[in-house]
Amino acid sequence: MRPFTKHTGLAAPLDLANVDTDMIIPKQFLKSIKRTGFGKNLFDELRYEDEGQPDQECDGRPIRKDFVLNQDRYKGASVLLARQNFGCGSSREHAPWALDDYGFRAIIAPSFADIFYNNCFKNGLLPIVLQAEEVDQLFAEVALREGAQVIVDLEKQTVTSPSGATFEFNVDNFRKHCLLNGLDDIGLTLQQDSAIRRYEEKRMNDAPWLFLPRGQ
Amino acid sequence: MSGKTLYDKLWDSHLVQQRDDGSALIYIDLQLLHEVTSPQAFEGLRLAGRKPWRVSSSLATPDHNVPTTKKERISGVDGIADPVSKIQVTTLDDNCNEFGITEFNMKDIRQGIVHVVGPEQGATLPGMTVVCGDSHTSTHGAFGALAHGIGTSEVEHVLATQCLVQKKSRNMLVRVDGELSLWVSAKDVVLAIIGAIGTAGGTGYAIEFGGTGIQSLSMEGRMTVCNMAIEAGARVGLIAVDATTIEYVKGRPYAPKGEHWKMAVEAWKDLVSDKDAQFDEVVVIKAEDIKPQVTWGTSPEMVIAIDEPIPRAEDQKDPVKKEGYARAWKYMGLEGKSMLSDIVLDRVFIGSCTNSRIEDLRIAAQVVKGRKVASTLKQAIVVPGSGLVKAQAEKEGLHEIFEAAGLEWREPGCSMCLAMNADKLGSGEHCASTSNRNFEGRQGFGGRTHLVSPAMAAAAAIAGHFVDVNEFVKH
Repeated sequence: MRPFTKHTGLAAPLDLANVDTDMIIPKQFLKSIKRTGFGKNLFDELRYEDEGQPDQECDGRPIRKDFVLNQDRYKGASVLLARQNFGCGSSREHAPWALDDYGFRAIIAPSFADIFYNNCFKNGLLPIVLQAEEVDQLFAEVALREGAQVIVDLEKQTVTSPSGATFEFNVDNFRKHCLLNGLDDIGLTLQQDSAIRRYEEKRMNDAPWLFLPRGQ
Repeated sequence: MSGKTLYDKLWDSHLVQQRDDGSALIYIDLQLLHEVTSPQAFEGLRLAGRKPWRVSSSLATPDHNVPTTKKERISGVDGIADPVSKIQVTTLDDNCNEFGITEFNMKDIRQGIVHVVGPEQGATLPGMTVVCGDSHTSTHGAFGALAHGIGTSEVEHVLATQCLVQKKSRNMLVRVDGELSLWVSAKDVVLAIIGAIGTAGGTGYAIEFGGTGIQSLSMEGRMTVCNMAIEAGARVGLIAVDATTIEYVKGRPYAPKGEHWKMAVEAWKDLVSDKDAQFDEVVVIKAEDIKPQVTWGTSPEMVIAIDEPIPRAEDQKDPVKKEGYARAWKYMGLEGKSMLSDIVLDRVFIGSCTNSRIEDLRIAAQVVKGRKVASTLKQAIVVPGSGLVKAQAEKEGLHEIFEAAGLEWREPGCSMCLAMNADKLGSGEHCASTSNRNFEGRQGFGGRTHLVSPAMAAAAAIAGHFVDVNEFVKH
C-alpha cells in the first residue's frame, strides 16, 4: 500500500450531506474485476448529464457544469471537503478505489459511515473527522480564494487551512502506523498466526459444530 | 460489574487478540462470497501467493448480476447477455474451483441472494461471526450472530487469516414495546425505527433489537429488521436467540446434528443480553404507533406513515435537512403532490435480501389473490430470494396467484434492488419496492424508489398508487 505521511493539495468542496456510495460510484461500474480505472466514473451521476456505461470513453460526455469537480478552479483537487455521514450505504470498496483513482488523497468531513471509513485506510486514502465548525470554516476559506490549498499531516494529526488555521484530528494508532508506513494488513495479521491457531484449538473444543467440513 | 450485552458476549467469544489502541483481532466463523466484491480479493491472494486459511468457513453464490428471466437462466452462466456481468460471474466460479470453496452456482437450485441462502442452509448459526462483502450482512444478526458487511480488502484479509482487525462498537438497544397492528410488518417496524433515529443514528453502534414487537416476529421478519440496521448507520443488527431461532435452524442442511446439536442448543441459550447489561443508548418505540410506512425521498430516513402528508423542505428548521429535502423533492418529482397516494406508480418490485423470503411472498400473494394489477403500471415483478424459496412458493401455488394477477414470476437474484442486471427503472419512473435503499439512481439512472413492505407493494400494484393495505384488503 502507498504510504500517507504529509500531503498538501487543492481542496474541492462537495456541499452535500449523506453522500452514499451509490453516488460515489454507481452500480454499473462494479462489474469490473479490477481495482483500478474507476476514477473517470467517480460521482458519475453528479458529474455527467447522461447515464454512463462501463468501458465508455468519458471525454465527450455532456457534463453537469455546476458540479464542483467540473469547475476549472477545482481541477486537480486532491483533498475532498464533505458533509456529514459521507460514504453511507453499500460496502463497495469501489468507492474509495474511485476516489483514489481520481486523485484524492484525503477526505475531510464532520462524520463518515463506518464501513466506508474503514475501507479508506486499506487504500492509502485518509478520512479525517473534524468538528462541524472546523469543516464549515474550511468550506468558507476554500470558496474565498481560487487555488486554496490544505495541508494534511498524518504524523502530527493536523489539518492546516488556507489561512493557516490548524485543526487536530483523531486516528487509531494501528491505522496511523499502517498508513504512515504503507503496511499490508494481512502480512501483519499473519505474524500472529500462533495466536489464531491457539484460539481455533480452544474454540474447536468449545464449539466443535463450527468446524465441520462442508461438502460441495 | 454490570452484565454483558449480547454484542459483548459475541465479541468476547471471538476475540483472538486485543491491542493497546482499542483495535482487536476477531475470529470469523463464516464468510459469504458473491461475484461483485470478491474478484479483487482472490486476485490479491494469488498475487501474494497466499491460500485461504480455512476453506470450509466460506460459502459462495452469484446474486448481484444474475438475470432473472427464465429465458436467460435456462443456460446458466452462458445465458448472461451482458458480457461484463458474465465475466464477473464466471470469475466467481473459477475462483471457487481454484481455491476449493463451496459455491452454489447459477445451475444449482440452492443459488440465490447470499443473505437468503446462508440462513436457509443453516450455514448461518447463532453465536457465529459472519461477514460478507455486502453491507446487508447485518441480516444474519437475526440469529444472535455477530454479522456485518466488509470491504473487498477485508474479504481478502478474512480469506487469508480467518480474522478481521476491528474496533468494538458501542451498544444500542432499540426496544419495540407492545403488539404490532394487523398488516404492520417487520419492514414497517424497521422503516419506522430509521425514521426515528435517522440514517446516521446508529453509526458506531451495534444495535440490538428487542421488546415484544420484535420477539413476536418470525425469523423472516427478524432478518428484515436486522437487514436494514445498516440503513440506520449501524453495521451490526442483533436479536437475542429464543425458541423461534432454534426452531428455524433445526434440521437445516448445515445445522449441527446429533450430539453437536444438543451441545449447540445448550450454548445458544446464553445468546441474550444479561438482565443487568448496560447499553450506551436506548431507544423505545411503541409498536401500536407504527403504521404501514412508505419512503417519499432519496434516503431511507425520508419515511412517513401512509396517511401522513409528505414533509416539505420549507417546514424544516435544520439547514442541512432543508437542503436535503429540497433536493429530494426535485429528484422525486413531488411538486404539486401532497400525499403518497398522489404518486402514480410505474413499476413494482417484490424481492431483495430484505423481503424475498417465503413469508414475504405469501403475504404479497394473499393481497393480490383474485385481483388484477393496475393497467397504468408498466411492470410488476416478483423475484424470489433463492431457488429453494422459488420451489417452495411454486409448491404452494403462489406463482400462479401472482401470474393470474399480472405480476411476473422471476428467477432468484438481487435484481431490481440495485439494478446491476437488466431489471431496472427508467428515468423518472416511480417504483414501489420492497428493497432497502431509495438513493438517487439506485434502481436505475433517474429512477424514483419508494421503500415499502411486501403487503404494501402488493396493494400498490393493484391500486396503481400507494394505499393503506389495511383499508385495501377490506374492499
